Amino acid sequence: MDYFLSEEQQMIVDTARQITDERIIPCRAELDEKHEFPRQILNEMARADLFGVPIPEEYGGFGGGCFDIVLTVEQLGRGCIGVGTAFSANFLGVYPIILAGSPEMKEKYLPDVATGKKFGAFGLTEANAGSDASGIQTTAVLDGDYWVLNGTKQWITNGGEAQIYTVVAITDRSRGPRGASLFVVEEGDPGFSCGPKEKKMGIRASSTTELIFKDCRIPKDRIIGRPGTGFITVMKTLDLSRPGIAALGVGLAQGALDIAVRYAKQRQQFGKPIIAFQAVQHMLADMAIGIESARSLVYAAAKHIQEHPKDMSKASSICKVYATDVAMKVTTDAVQVLGGYGYMCEYPAEKMMRDAKILQIYEGTNQIQRNVIGQELNKEYS
Amino acid sequence: MKIIVCIKQVPDAKDVRLDPITNTLARDGVQSIMNPYDEYALEEAVRLKEKFGGEVIVISMGPPQAEEMLRQAISCGADNAVLISDRSFAGADTWATAYTLEHAIKKIGNFDLILCGKQAIDGDTAQVGPGLATRLGIPYMTCVQKIREATEKGLVAERMMDDGFDVVAVDYPVLLSVVKDINEPRVPSIKGKMRAKKAEIVTFNAQTIEADPACIGLPGSPTKVVNVFPPSARGERSLLTGTLDEQIDQLVEKLLPYL
Repeated sequence: MDYFLSEEQQMIVDTARQITDERIIPCRAELDEKHEFPRQILNEMARADLFGVPIPEEYGGFGGGCFDIVLTVEQLGRGCIGVGTAFSANFLGVYPIILAGSPEMKEKYLPDVATGKKFGAFGLTEANAGSDASGIQTTAVLDGDYWVLNGTKQWITNGGEAQIYTVVAITDRSRGPRGASLFVVEEGDPGFSCGPKEKKMGIRASSTTELIFKDCRIPKDRIIGRPGTGFITVMKTLDLSRPGIAALGVGLAQGALDIAVRYAKQRQQFGKPIIAFQAVQHMLADMAIGIESARSLVYAAAKHIQEHPKDMSKASSICKVYATDVAMKVTTDAVQVLGGYGYMCEYPAEKMMRDAKILQIYEGTNQIQRNVIGQELNKEYS
Repeated sequence: MKIIVCIKQVPDAKDVRLDPITNTLARDGVQSIMNPYDEYALEEAVRLKEKFGGEVIVISMGPPQAEEMLRQAISCGADNAVLISDRSFAGADTWATAYTLEHAIKKIGNFDLILCGKQAIDGDTAQVGPGLATRLGIPYMTCVQKIREATEKGLVAERMMDDGFDVVAVDYPVLLSVVKDINEPRVPSIKGKMRAKKAEIVTFNAQTIEADPACIGLPGSPTKVVNVFPPSARGERSLLTGTLDEQIDQLVEKLLPYL
């Protein structure tokens, strides 16, 4: 379907598509097998200006909105959502600075992010604080001109690979969620280290580690916004970034459909290609229906979010849930269409199915998203 | 540093057919691309510019539609582009092409380095680079696989040979033709594409470059193509087996009758 993209949007899509086809797809299997971080591909993406897409123009980017980033990551997702996750999580780390950082902080970090010189990560989750963010144990205490951080973040994407980490820590436990604050921690700060890389079911090209803070001292001005505003900024950040996860799902599902249709046309059984059998045709048709409706929804949600920054949550959650559920179903069906070949690591379908699962889990599980949607409905009808 | 890169638009090799009646290349409906070897030349030029500063000018002799390829070159990092285009250039062989490029480059003026692809994938002659350097009276090095170091004054490069490579030091001005081992061309950037869209492509015609009409296009070309034909199917083939020594003996036996 034609979504009537502007010339600039088409340029972004074409650039991301070329990177995906020429750089990501040829090495995705190897990155997956070796759990290898795609440093070279990310450098290539930086050189092609893709890291500048959502960075404001005054800091060297294109000032693109949610829709532009959705178009970018959809293409990357078609190739490998491990690579796409590394790219997206960079912005998850940087959005708090864009949303709530001081002009000096933006000046310090954003130009280097736009050129890909520096890479971001976002530290929210802890062993006892996932969906329930109020369980956060990491603390930050002001000591003269420094904040002193203590605690451990878990399953942090781009851990060990990023240079800029935005980290949530409690500055006033008595105030509950209003006692959480956001900080920028830099690679090399005293008392800050990353744990070993986790071994994962999928998205193995992305790096996932613990972030460990032991009396980590950072200058006073590294706080993002005022103390106590951390939780609000985190929620806005996630609302803004979730359509990107949805777009990874759309791209991934599209990649799986491409493989399934090509295979079904070429695989002969009972003297004809299996696409001639209605059972297979209907599976492929359902995959296409799911993908196109997810795509339309994600695009519409992204545009809504761009225009209504104060009313993001419901649209963001709806598109995340739908598109990632579609991705799980479509990749599972793609394995089915490929049959025995689909189950073999030689073909990319099984990796896609393994990768898809995380989309329903990270950046807020699809169950939590449904909670959000339900709560919003409750508010709307009150 | 001023670098000129010569690029050519060629039919996409994935899609080459001969017209069965005329025996010439069927160009209708065949997509045109930048000659792949020229992409490596352009990438190397842009890398040198990023290191030393200066200017990369891409030039191409071809029909007006070659402008699109020149814009692509700008999106890959070239600063300026010149299209050398005139009906009277049509049908040029490598001699007339080198003559035309020489005059266009003289019109552009001083340069430090000219980079070309090793050859174009349509004609496959690999003659234009050396011909151009000879006409300009500058040294040239073909099949360059690596530029080891470059300074403001000159460079040291590796020239690929059948049995290894030569290391050659040379002062500017010089012309290099490059092979694909030299680098991996970049994906054009978004900013580059935006610049390319707005860029003004200068056009030189026969008059602009003050070309002698007797030296350009078909009339200026000493080469006359008498016939182009697809090679006939290969004759009898056989595979030699056994140890290497046995195979050599068999081969000698087969070749002896022809001596």
